[in-house]
Amino acid sequence: MEDIKLMKGNEAIAEGVIRAGCDGYFGYPITPQSEVLEYLMMARTEERTGMVVLQAESEIASIHMVYGGAACGKRVMTSSSSPGISLMQEGISFMAGTELPCLLLNVVRGGPGLGTIQPSQSDYFQAVKGGGHGDYKLIVLAPASVQEMYDFAKLGFDLAFKYRIQVMVLSDGAIGQMMEKVVLDEQIPRQTNEEIIKNHPWATSGKTPDRERNIITSLDLDPVKQEKINIHLQEKFKRITENEVRFETLMCDDVEYLFVAYGSSARVCQKAIQLGREKGLKVGLLRPITLFPFPYDEVAKLAKQVKGILCVEMSAGQMIEDVRLGANGAVKVEHFGRLGGIIPAPDEVLNRMEEIFISKNNYGRGTN
Amino acid sequence: MEEELTRESICQQENLVYSRTPLMTPKALSYCPGCGHGTAHRLIMEVIEEMNLQSQTIGVAPVGCSVLAYDFLDIDMQQAAHGRAPAVATGIKRLLPDKFVFTYQGDGDLAAIGTGETIHACNRGENICIFFVNNGIYGMTGGQMAPTTLPNMKTATSPYGRDVVSMGYPLKITEMIAMLPGTCFVTRQSVHTPANVRKTKKAIQKAVQCQLDKKGLSFVEIVSNCNSGWKMTPLESNKWMEENMFPVFPLGDIKVPKP
Ligand SMILES: Cc1ncc(C[n+]2csc(CCOP(=O)(O)OP(=O)(O)O)c2C)c(N)n1
Ligand code: SF4
Ligand SMILES: [Mg+2]
Repeated sequence: MEDIKLMKGNEAIAEGVIRAGCDGYFGYPITPQSEVLEYLMMARTEERTGMVVLQAESEIASIHMVYGGAACGKRVMTSSSSPGISLMQEGISFMAGTELPCLLLNVVRGGPGLGTIQPSQSDYFQAVKGGGHGDYKLIVLAPASVQEMYDFAKLGFDLAFKYRIQVMVLSDGAIGQMMEKVVLDEQIPRQTNEEIIKNHPWATSGKTPDRERNIITSLDLDPVKQEKINIHLQEKFKRITENEVRFETLMCDDVEYLFVAYGSSARVCQKAIQLGREKGLKVGLLRPITLFPFPYDEVAKLAKQVKGILCVEMSAGQMIEDVRLGANGAVKVEHFGRLGGIIPAPDEVLNRMEEIFISKNNYGRGTN
Repeated sequence: MEEELTRESICQQENLVYSRTPLMTPKALSYCPGCGHGTAHRLIMEVIEEMNLQSQTIGVAPVGCSVLAYDFLDIDMQQAAHGRAPAVATGIKRLLPDKFVFTYQGDGDLAAIGTGETIHACNRGENICIFFVNNGIYGMTGGQMAPTTLPNMKTATSPYGRDVVSMGYPLKITEMIAMLPGTCFVTRQSVHTPANVRKTKKAIQKAVQCQLDKKGLSFVEIVSNCNSGWKMTPLESNKWMEENMFPVFPLGDIKVPKP
């Protein structure tokens, strides 16, 4: 029998990590994602699976606890919202340099500064282009439903360990707070210490006579060696780019006017497409699911097919830079967004598409 | 006729008076000659070896002169960001509660940038050991003022001496954390004489035992010299330390473990 529950996005990912065999969560409260820590505390995870849950004194401490736990080969995570994620960048950079797997959740709120607690997508650059210091990337997953919040817990951990990389689920206050039905999976057992030693021989577990000591460090003062480490990281990001692009298209077979949007904005566009199709407009949606790696090829393919692309983001336009890279001038790419925590309405989005590309008679195609 | 002295004839068990600590790697220490860091390393490794804990131990190295501690200690180790070692150790210990986990930190690392992580790890009573080498200065970056720098002491960033009115007072973080119920053993020692070395080793043994007995956080401060940063010879620095550091940072147990 299927196990189906009505849950908030934040609760769904919390349940998702428990069922994905997570070993440890370290976090600090911040709206709109405090339900993650609250749910995990309520769930008595120590009794249920043995998962450790700890409220840290700050986001800085949280991420460095994650860094410590990840070094032991454990499935560990933290979650926060924008201001807290900014504080975590130091630790994320250390994890990038030491190639430690972990799951990070950013339930984005509007900024800059303390900003607002309302949903936003203004942390795209921070998540996708690096965030902290140094040349590194995170795998970034963008859920557009409560089900995906749940699903990306397991997917995130699997990718994190497959590549020894940090995976960020880039959500927002709307997806985190809304309630939807979620189909739950069976509990995956946590790894035993013996399995960790066997499967992750790099992990710090105590030096035994049969092996050299395991050192987790991002430091190498020799620039020649440091360059090698960086090249190795770049090769990994390339492999990820080649193998892990995920996206979804909606009504794209005959599409003439394409929305590109992720997360909450994609949900708004879905509705806008319904309205548009009712009016006979050939509108469709490309929804990137992985923001790094970005579906450049799919954008390129669709850019050759359509008369205009409208990038809808709850920001001043961040992902649009990647969409333009993908389109590479084949078609005009425009931005529509609301700022500061406002979610655009579907008719607002559709109107903008019509205003820019349709009523002005396809000025998007070519230079006519 | 007398037997010829060869390396082999000399290197006999009955002639052994001193040997490299087995859990120190053969790598030459990167510390300035005369610096207390090397002695502190050796004592920790001697205790780990004598208590047979190598395969149980995970150490956390700081940012500071001892950033490369993992090059010298033959155990699994993780290098932490500046000041974050107690949080890193918390993550390790919470997930591997049966391992012996310690941090090794300088005064800038532990009592400036990492004050928050230090106090909260202590306050939660994390069952770890913190070994804290207080030399009153930022050794690694070239002798700048530390939170523990003495009043009127000259450093690269207090070239006319630490003016307590504008630069604050030496932070006695060890006394502060001794007040927290989460700590079980808090002591201040030094390694500048053989007698003090013996006392420090006893303190380290006690700290390790507290962790094995799951009593909470134990904290061993080692007041140490930084002859380079202080711009003195090693001998001068030890004398200066006795005359100037010890009055502000008196040696001895501050909190002893409950039986
Ligand atoms: C975030 C960050 N800020 C500053 C530094 C530069 N830095 C390296 S070591 C150090 C001070 C270390 O002093 P201490 O902890 O007293 O160790 P010592 O070298 O004296 O043993 C500083 C400020 C750094 N590496 N990282
Ligand atoms: S700079 Fe100071 S603390 Fe660093 S190794 Fe030299 S003497 Fe020791
Ligand atoms: Mg120092």
